Amino acid sequence: MSTVAVTMTINGVSHSGVVEPRRTLADFLRADCGLTGTHLGCEHGVCGACSVLVDGEAVRSCLMFAVQADGSEVTTVEGLAGDSDHLHPVQEAFRETHGLQCGFCTPGFVISVTAFLAEHPNPSDDQIREGLSGNLCRCTGYQGILRAVRIAADRMAESRTAPAAGNSASV
Amino acid sequence: MKPAPFSYHRAGDAAEAASLLAELGDDAKVLAGGQSLIPLLALRLTRFDHLIDLNRAADLSGIEVTSSEIRLGATVRQTDVVRSSALADTLSLLPLASQQVGHFQIRNRGTVGGSVAHADPAAEYPAVAVALDAAVDLLSASGSRSVSASDFFLSTFVTAIEPEELLTTLRFPVWGERSGFAVEEAARRSGDFAIAGAVAGVQLGSDDRISRAAIALFGVGSTPVRIAAAEAGLIGQARSELTESALAELGRLAVEGVDPPADVHASARYRRHLAAVMVARAVRHAVESGTPEARR
Repeated sequence: MSTVAVTMTINGVSHSGVVEPRRTLADFLRADCGLTGTHLGCEHGVCGACSVLVDGEAVRSCLMFAVQADGSEVTTVEGLAGDSDHLHPVQEAFRETHGLQCGFCTPGFVISVTAFLAEHPNPSDDQIREGLSGNLCRCTGYQGILRAVRIAADRMAESRTAPAAGNSASV
Repeated sequence: MKPAPFSYHRAGDAAEAASLLAELGDDAKVLAGGQSLIPLLALRLTRFDHLIDLNRAADLSGIEVTSSEIRLGATVRQTDVVRSSALADTLSLLPLASQQVGHFQIRNRGTVGGSVAHADPAAEYPAVAVALDAAVDLLSASGSRSVSASDFFLSTFVTAIEPEELLTTLRFPVWGERSGFAVEEAARRSGDFAIAGAVAGVQLGSDDRISRAAIALFGVGSTPVRIAAAEAGLIGQARSELTESALAELGRLAVEGVDPPADVHASARYRRHLAAVMVARAVRHAVESGTPEARR
């Protein structure tokens, strides 16, 4: 059985391992790095629970082999907030709006929404729905999640404009 | 839900991938974005002893726009196509089609070349390639060749790619001024493969009549279907002549020769009806987007 050595930076920390090539990035994160915040639902790319950021882009970590992420920067739900005293604005918004019930899908949603808002800082309601369409939630009925994205978008926009109040706003 | 064991080979460029294919033969498969291949491996619907990863092949990731054609390397991601302003300006069907593929997390990995090579008959890109007369460049250790999209798709998941070959580049001819494009599809859920869909391109002459047309259907057979009769019916038509009833008639004409499959999602009859409606919508939207006033 062949194995490969992989090294990647996960949430700012370098992780190395020797794995079978068939080891998915999701399994590497969970089993080799102990980062069990990334959840595995369907394991074939449908549910979105395993979404992580690889070099800043949201991907299904079940549809990528760990060896393919060799040398990459990976961000998982554990690394979003930055420090242990605060939640990321997206996490904060999910908590406030009941954007989760059982919580299984939540890490994937939070990662996906973070990437979505980075690309669409002022999203329309239709764009939000489209942006959420790659993640499945069996509990909430999605209404709280939609509200969470709206609230997070507005707050993140505020915090961006606040320090630069002297600048003219772009439309 | 774990793939069977395989050996992993990282190709530094296309030539290295071709020589690996020559060496490993039928036991090897090329891995691009992996958004179709990895689920098939995970579900054990297929297995290979060797995977040849193209993702770090330096010469396969480029988008090149010239005055006559657009060249997409095999590992250009669907997201790259969505974000490319050069493509939006020259051949907007490419970004329009990309937006219909899966979800953004899928598009961040999935490649246009992989979608064409995978040849799912319900996917957007094979139909786009056929409608736009794309050329598919293939490379093996013994040389390269180019296959027109019309000869490339042989059946469901079956293409003209030989086991020792890999897809390196897709080349799309550029259309002229006043051309417009559209993709229309019906799917059960956002991001699903289409039950049936259509892509359309039109170009308007200086007399405001359609001088060029391309229509292809997807999801209605084992390969994408180019509809020459409907295209011919559009040539010479003025925009004002394309009434709702004329477009509906065009849709009916377009599906006359197709024999769609029936499955749990749709009967053959319903699929044919959907395809006709999608043709009418796609042509209408293509004409609207090709007229200058629509761009303001």
